[in-house]
Amino acid sequence: MALEKPYADIPGTTIFDADQVRNGYHLNMFCMSLMKQPNRERFKADERVYLDGWPLSEPQKRAVLARDYNGMIGLGGNIYFIAKIFATDGKSFQYAAALMTGMSQEDYAQMMLNGGRSPGWQANSRVPRDG
Amino acid sequence: MAKITAGVATSHIPAIGAALDLGKTQEAYWAPVFRGYEFSRRWMRDAEPDVVILVYNDHATAFSLDIIPTFAIGCAASFTPADEGWGPRPVPVVEGHPELASHIAQSVIQQDFDLTIVNKMDVDHGLTVPLSLLCGQPAAWPCKVIPFAVNVVAYPPPSGNRCYQFGKAIRRAVDSFDEDLNVHIWGTGGMSHQLQGPRAGLINKEFDLRFLDGLKNDPESIARVPHIDYLRHAGSEGIELVMWLVMRGALDAQVREVHRFYHVPASNTAVGHVILENLRSPSP
Repeated sequence: MALEKPYADIPGTTIFDADQVRNGYHLNMFCMSLMKQPNRERFKADERVYLDGWPLSEPQKRAVLARDYNGMIGLGGNIYFIAKIFATDGKSFQYAAALMTGMSQEDYAQMMLNGGRSPGWQANSRVPRDG
Repeated sequence: MAKITAGVATSHIPAIGAALDLGKTQEAYWAPVFRGYEFSRRWMRDAEPDVVILVYNDHATAFSLDIIPTFAIGCAASFTPADEGWGPRPVPVVEGHPELASHIAQSVIQQDFDLTIVNKMDVDHGLTVPLSLLCGQPAAWPCKVIPFAVNVVAYPPPSGNRCYQFGKAIRRAVDSFDEDLNVHIWGTGGMSHQLQGPRAGLINKEFDLRFLDGLKNDPESIARVPHIDYLRHAGSEGIELVMWLVMRGALDAQVREVHRFYHVPASNTAVGHVILENLRSPSP
């Protein structure tokens, strides 16, 4: 019997469940390696060569090289692991969050100052906060 | 005898740690956040806990995907602040309390609450940001700290009720420790937030305020909130709030709320903070 996934219909959200943990194991473990300064330096020197040292799928490697964070999450990445990539780039959680929403960092920051995204938000909403 | 006298709940947003470490606490964006903790730092100085049991989650720091313990207790003599990808935070080493920690482990396991024992680990912002918020920037932390890590990264985390019952087991364990110790228990993480995907930035003030009220007055009901409600209404990372229930379970049924602070935003997150005292302990 398949596991129930009552969260599957939450818009714009990927839950890091057992399937994601399995699919993302190598991608996330590559990210963990960036917690060490010598590894960050080797990664920055030649990202492709560094990535080729890990058993990631080609789509996972391409998502990392493109800094496509939604893509990484779709391929099993978890936000706290892929955070090691944007930390290596000297970027903040707010930078990465804005990127994933498709908003500019300024617009995203303003949305947060206005009280954040409404819990009633739907993926096709044009306005980030109702009312 | 050791005694749990108070509980603290607070968010543990990494950007708050960075703002402190970079001297930005007076900036317009951050000043309201730190003002919300001014009372708490005075309270902390007066309360003088010997030990804080600090319930937090590791963010892909000590635990990778190789080992994912649902509940883990740090029994080491000390814990080093971790390099999370941008170098370690410039904060003191965290001194543990190995005797009380291993007593808790032995006690709760014999109460049917299985627990992973960790004798060596680094600690990340989940643990050090709450210490900074309540203690400021001292040369050494003013108390011993027992890290109590809960998995809220790989779904599913333990249920709210399991966390709440675990808190009760910790309370029984502390109550049976012979040394005279003033013990606090802190629950960290939350409140509503989502850090990932097109829905990032979600905040639900109504959910958060209801949670704060329920935590104090009706924790049994809050403990029954199912995971899906957190995910749907408080965001994918809002589920960290189950950790606050470990803290609440370790307190008396009736508590006094001596401080409450709620603020939006800090980076991507709603900041929530309460201090709860057991009624039996004298008012400061």
